[in-house]
Amino acid sequence: MPVRTAFAAQIEHLQILDEHGKLDERLAQGTLTDEQVVFAYERMIDYRKLDEIAFTLQRSGRMYTYPQNKGQEAAALGSGLAMRKGVDFLVPCYRENAALFLHGLPPECIFLHWMGDERGNAIPSGVNVTPIAIPIGTQMLHAVGLAWAYKLRKEDRCVITYFGDGATSEGDFHEAMNFATTFNVPCVFFCQNNQWAISVPREQQTASETVAQKAIAYGARGIQVDGNDLFAVYKATTEARDRARAGGGITLIEAITYRLGDHTTADDARRYRDTAEVESWAAKDPMIRTRKYLESKGLWDEQKQAAAEEHGKAFAQDIVRKSEGIAKPEVREMFDHLYAEIPDELRRQRDTLRTHSLGLYPEQSGLAVSGRRGS
Amino acid sequence: MPRTPQMIEKGLTLVDAINEALSQEMERDARVICLGEDVGLNGGVFRVTEGLQRRFGPDRCIDTPLSESGIMGTSIGLAMAGMRPIPEIQFEGFLGPAHDQLVNHAARFRNRTRGAITIPLTVRVPWGGGIHAPEFHSDSPEAIYTHSPGMKVVCPSTPSDAKGLLLAAIRDPDPVIFFEPKRVYRSFRERVPEEDYTIPIGKAKLLTEGTDLTVVTWGASVFQCLETLDSLPDDQSVELIDLRTINPFDADAVAASVEKTGRCVVVQEAPKTCSMASELSATIQERCFLHLLAPVQRVCGFDTIMPYAKLELEYLPDPKRIAEAIGHTLAY
Repeated sequence: MPVRTAFAAQIEHLQILDEHGKLDERLAQGTLTDEQVVFAYERMIDYRKLDEIAFTLQRSGRMYTYPQNKGQEAAALGSGLAMRKGVDFLVPCYRENAALFLHGLPPECIFLHWMGDERGNAIPSGVNVTPIAIPIGTQMLHAVGLAWAYKLRKEDRCVITYFGDGATSEGDFHEAMNFATTFNVPCVFFCQNNQWAISVPREQQTASETVAQKAIAYGARGIQVDGNDLFAVYKATTEARDRARAGGGITLIEAITYRLGDHTTADDARRYRDTAEVESWAAKDPMIRTRKYLESKGLWDEQKQAAAEEHGKAFAQDIVRKSEGIAKPEVREMFDHLYAEIPDELRRQRDTLRTHSLGLYPEQSGLAVSGRRGS
Repeated sequence: MPRTPQMIEKGLTLVDAINEALSQEMERDARVICLGEDVGLNGGVFRVTEGLQRRFGPDRCIDTPLSESGIMGTSIGLAMAGMRPIPEIQFEGFLGPAHDQLVNHAARFRNRTRGAITIPLTVRVPWGGGIHAPEFHSDSPEAIYTHSPGMKVVCPSTPSDAKGLLLAAIRDPDPVIFFEPKRVYRSFRERVPEEDYTIPIGKAKLLTEGTDLTVVTWGASVFQCLETLDSLPDDQSVELIDLRTINPFDADAVAASVEKTGRCVVVQEAPKTCSMASELSATIQERCFLHLLAPVQRVCGFDTIMPYAKLELEYLPDPKRIAEAIGHTLAY
């Protein structure tokens, strides 16, 4: 009996703007307009400044921890631009700040979060994002649930969820991909493969040649893109979004990028990464190639660069002012948002700021009747 | 769904009552959906969701992949989007994979977003021992979820309480874990109002009044306690409280009773250490110290792994152990 092929698949890699700023005009057709690229580059400058200032705030004790986004701006902005603001929904990890800002999240929210203030997660009404997700990979299932609700209610909305290469080793990645494809919900899976999960390199995370190919096992489409290429990210995400909206299925986008900074400010990547590797990726920085491209098109020059950097500096300083200008939360806030209606025991703890019963029930303890114990 | 002649004549089992509550709420509120393993065509392994898929369609009563974290995590997203999901975890022993999503996400979203995102979902979980089920099908993990702030934990014992508490749970704006005592699922029938009604979460029920000792329990143990009370000598007057909700629990009802009786025995299927019985004991000594005539006693499952079927009745509190504890406490 002849052996037949039960299933065959291949994974494409898409690059449109190479690291030297050279654009493949044919592939770029119908993607980003000049205005959008200029806008995106200006945001890269703003958000890189913000990222740098967050790092210095942490080093000077004004922020507790911060995970730098440096180097991954094209992945966040390209995908964020592809999703419709106010309609679609973003379910992030914590290294796509730029996409969240693009969709209306006030940047001081992210600062507040890392300054240890839950108010940073109080997403303003009308901003379609969830707060950044700290445990790895859990948020993908929430994205699938959101998308499922849209499908059940026949709303033309789409959800994108972000996660890293490390998250693909979590069970929740599997369960989310499996639910998403089984129920064919309008959801896009966007993996920022930045090569490192804290100190564990991508090769040690999985034996798969690509993250994208993991899609195949779930009946999804997988595509690998140059994650530092704004055009490729935008194109792949737009296609994935349209496909999902049309009920055509799930796409897993693997954006190849690099974490130029440490995992967080609590990490020192020099312990496990070669300087040569970091330097080779620094040359592929999305900001370098985007600028080169804009200059080659006559859309950018030194003067514009200087002005944009000034803007970025002022923008970042404004966010610092906003996030540091807010008074410490009231102590009662830790109690007030646990339930819609506060239970009795919790109310007593809140009102007395005590847990010991002689403080909670003075009328029953005898403390209310002075001198009882001594008399 | 219309009641059967048997239900009209003899009343509803716990399974019938929960099914009726689900059905009525799905009828009333289009946001309500049931999802879980085998809940659709098969009606759930205990038939609690029987007929719901036929009546409301496969988009309202949904068979999911075999994937507890997936069920819980997607339910969170559904709730976030304004739906009222009722995920079922097939047995309490399978809560493990869903634990992270429940405790770290469902229970925390309101607080961590300062109220911007809320998760109104009700997790239904068949719970407890006594039905000779296989390994991982007989545990009593209610204290674990009570120790995790942000969730409510409801443990009904009777068909009529289950219906009213389930309707309250589904309408509650916060995540509720609803433990259904398997041992009671079909053990008896009782009259259950056909109309829509709710029972407030967090309120205990006084089952029998007494003057000498208070027994506090919940779930299937209620029936072990009732059986015990039937066999007690006439001179032992025992007050029996069905807690019904574990988190938040009705400390006022317990304290009021123990202040009156001065003695208390807590009965639960769960292991003794660090349990709801421990919490009740601590609360009683805090609130009723000067009224206590004897140490609070706990009649519990042992601090062992729940044994397989052959030894489960030796593990679970039974009338003999409960009566002995009552006797010891009264004699103290």
